[in-house]
Amino acid sequence: MIFVNGEPIDAGGEPTIRDVLLARGIDPETAGIAVAVDAEVARRGVWQTRTLPDGAHVEIVRAVQGG
Amino acid sequence: MTAPNPLQIAGRTFTSRLLLGTGGFTRMETLGAAIEASGTELVTVAMRRIDPGAEGSLLDVITAAGVGVLPNTAGCFTARDAVLTAQLGREALGTDWVKLEVIGDERTLLPDATELLVAAELLVDDGFVVLPYTSDDPVLARRLEDVGCAAVMPLGSPIGSGQGIANPANLTLIVEAAGVPVILDAGVGTASDAALAMELGCDAVLCASAISRAGDPVAMAHAIRHAVLAGVLARGAGRIARRTHARASSPLQGMPEFAE
Repeated sequence: MIFVNGEPIDAGGEPTIRDVLLARGIDPETAGIAVAVDAEVARRGVWQTRTLPDGAHVEIVRAVQGG
Repeated sequence: MTAPNPLQIAGRTFTSRLLLGTGGFTRMETLGAAIEASGTELVTVAMRRIDPGAEGSLLDVITAAGVGVLPNTAGCFTARDAVLTAQLGREALGTDWVKLEVIGDERTLLPDATELLVAAELLVDDGFVVLPYTSDDPVLARRLEDVGCAAVMPLGSPIGSGQGIANPANLTLIVEAAGVPVILDAGVGTASDAALAMELGCDAVLCASAISRAGDPVAMAHAIRHAVLAGVLARGAGRIARRTHARASSPLQGMPEFAE
């Protein structure tokens, strides 16, 4: 079980960050998004290779309107 | 009349001295038109969890307008969260500039001074160009400059309150002491507030709600653009001293004497 934006997800095995993005319906090529794993930024360059262990907390963010 | 000198922050030159917050606009079309009417060259955005169903139109609007983007750390209550949010903004948007906000109180949205200073120092050390939203405390503004912030952004009054500049004396003290640009952030309610900020010596003004929540946001963007320009020109022109009593501008000599 991993947690993506606060929701528990059973992704099976040890998915990569890219796998998780695709499973959430997010194109990993989308501009303007960023990912944190366990409160550290995961650079775009590692999305394809970095696997997420059981219990990982993943935050996927993008720019929204704000002052 | 000569145009005022352009604003420089961390070596970047801005012709416009108005920064625009993108929050509060109810339609993207209005935001786009307000960016244009404001003449701004830098707009703020927040970082939030992605909603897979949402279209990515915000960045499209900003890109189409040809203006720079300044991610903020709005909503963060700790230095730790603010630093991570800034790093996510840098990763997502490819800019090392950040409008640093660390809030200490939900009701007033006033900054948490100690967390703000810690976060500012960490981000400067991490290579960020840090623009901190701060209170109107001259000492805190100086401390933020001392840790390497590229500007200071004191509030006029609480975020979204539209109360204008609650403490012009403190703002003046900040302006007098600052060696980095001072950007009035928060509290502007209408154009005259922005003009006053510039007359007091601020280098720029950041508006969000004053424009986005105005009856006609595009018209208000236009008004505040001109107010900022009027304020900076008036500052340069030098206002007259305040006097207790009147001082006639018409000559006292040569008055005609009318027959009874």
